[in-house]
Amino acid sequence: MSITLNNVRKDYDSETEVLKDISVNVETGEFFVIVGPSGCGKSTLLRMIAGLTPITAGEVKIDDTVVNDLPPKARKLTMVFQNYALFPFLSVWDNVAFGLKARKLATDDINARVKEALKMVNLTDLAKRKPRELSGGQRQRVALARAVASDAKICLMDEPLSNLDAQLRIKMRQEIYALQRKLGLTLIYVTHDQVEAMTMADHIMVLNDRHVQQIGTPSEIYQNPRNDFVAKFFGTPQINILPATRSEENSHMVNVSSDLQIVLDEEAPAENLQIGIRPDDMKVQLAEGVDANAVVKNTEFLGDQTIVYATLNSGNDIHVVVPGKADFRNYEPIKVTADSNLMFFDATGKRIDISKEAYVHA
Amino acid sequence: MNVVAKPKLARNIGSYLLLTVLALVVLAPFFIGLWTSFLPTMQIAKGNFLSTDLSFQNYIDAFTQTPILHYLGNSLVISTVTMFAQLLFCSMSAYAFVFLDFKYKRSLFVLVLATMMLPFEAEIIPNFSTVKAMGLLNSYSVMIIPFLTSAFGIFMLRQSFKQMPAELKEAADIEGLGHLQFYWKIVMPYNRIPLITLGAYSFLGAWNQYLWPMLTTFSNSFRPVQNGLRQLQSEETFNDWGMIQATAAIVVIPTLIVLFVGQHYFKSGANEGAVK
Repeated sequence: MSITLNNVRKDYDSETEVLKDISVNVETGEFFVIVGPSGCGKSTLLRMIAGLTPITAGEVKIDDTVVNDLPPKARKLTMVFQNYALFPFLSVWDNVAFGLKARKLATDDINARVKEALKMVNLTDLAKRKPRELSGGQRQRVALARAVASDAKICLMDEPLSNLDAQLRIKMRQEIYALQRKLGLTLIYVTHDQVEAMTMADHIMVLNDRHVQQIGTPSEIYQNPRNDFVAKFFGTPQINILPATRSEENSHMVNVSSDLQIVLDEEAPAENLQIGIRPDDMKVQLAEGVDANAVVKNTEFLGDQTIVYATLNSGNDIHVVVPGKADFRNYEPIKVTADSNLMFFDATGKRIDISKEAYVHA
Repeated sequence: MNVVAKPKLARNIGSYLLLTVLALVVLAPFFIGLWTSFLPTMQIAKGNFLSTDLSFQNYIDAFTQTPILHYLGNSLVISTVTMFAQLLFCSMSAYAFVFLDFKYKRSLFVLVLATMMLPFEAEIIPNFSTVKAMGLLNSYSVMIIPFLTSAFGIFMLRQSFKQMPAELKEAADIEGLGHLQFYWKIVMPYNRIPLITLGAYSFLGAWNQYLWPMLTTFSNSFRPVQNGLRQLQSEETFNDWGMIQATAAIVVIPTLIVLFVGQHYFKSGANEGAVK
């Protein structure tokens, strides 16, 4: 079942606009992730699709039927909540069966579905337990089983993993992904975690400041962010964004915070620019005297890589990922260079496409 | 170790001594009452409280010679009906105040709260003329109808309903539960602890009523137990204190049962696991 949003808007009152002009098409069987910082309206958007929150303007379509005025039940979907929303007075089995009973399915059918759902999330042995006797991960599996047991083909998930610890989160991430593929669910998944978005999504919608920032596949979003917000939101450690100006002598040349120079094959598109460089696209080497353009502030050794934090002579902080172990001492002068995958943004943060290869040298 | 532990022990001994004395002061009337209920009235009249002539005769007399069973029955009917009515009506009003949207919701709730500020004694005269005009005097209804709901109960349940996680309502909406189903299948079981508390509170409140039944009942067929107890004392020309004490002890038993049964449920953490 596909979901289409056309110019959906949400105002809480005439002054507070929460979401503006959201348009998107989610295909049948797609794993669609809505990602953004807290307070960007992503949970509100999910509740609007579910029908729990009315929309102010625009239309929501499920399988080409406008469902703006349909109650949640009639939209035939299930929802998994961040804090699970289990019924504490019911056993695991009854929690999973609850929705099916509410929809008045035949008893045999309910039993078969619940059994199958519990088996799928590995909870068969715990069917008789109450939620309070389960661990966090098991509770979240019960919530998943509820969604699995339903015959609804649309599933909405609101930050389902954010209450779990890091290791469990990775495990559950894989389980959710496997379930979605196995059942062919159209899954809309809300998260603030860019790693979850990158690892699971077929398509990602980045929301910020009431607007859709970008919709695309994980690799599109990472490699071709449409603005500096998207570029900064994806990738750990964060991308380096440095102010840059067009050189007055040579309009093909761009000075990056007076420490790096970039020569372009074409004329620099604007006087003031911002350059984005991923930390692993930068290189550092020890340097002496005039060659040095930065000073090491700190290093973090992570095993397979080292993050070098440095301050450019102009005062901008940067971080560089160096493979393996790198031996830099604090306050050591270094030379930072970058020569590929540069992203150019204008002063407002909008991406500027520069077609030709650009070069950087100190 | 010992040097540190000693003053702590001494301090504890002091505390426990004080607590024991206070407990004795508080509990003494109960023990004296219970003790005398086993003594023959002759011994009590003589002031011979330390007599060892103990028996259950007073209890047997209470059941065979007085209408105490009838009083107990009356009180049981009144208290049980009051309790269930309050549970039903208070939870329904609290539900409306929490989960429904309607005009003047806030003002109405303030009005409900305002009735809590008024002591019952202040309402007795208007209430009396109302029930008299309705022709309800000397009946079960007169002791039940004015207490079908309570502002305190509405307030208390509203507070606990408000603390339910919003996701439970959303989950119910997704499954298409109507208000009545959500109320009955989720809100009521989720809030069973506050409901049991309110139930115990209203049962005991009705059981221990004295002033109102004294004004509105005139015959043994409707008189509840507290007033019956008073009746025993004046009806007899000679006060059979042993038997009166035995009756009083019988009257307290349901209170104790309610408290013991209730206590079993007042465990914390019963709703753990609904949400993280």
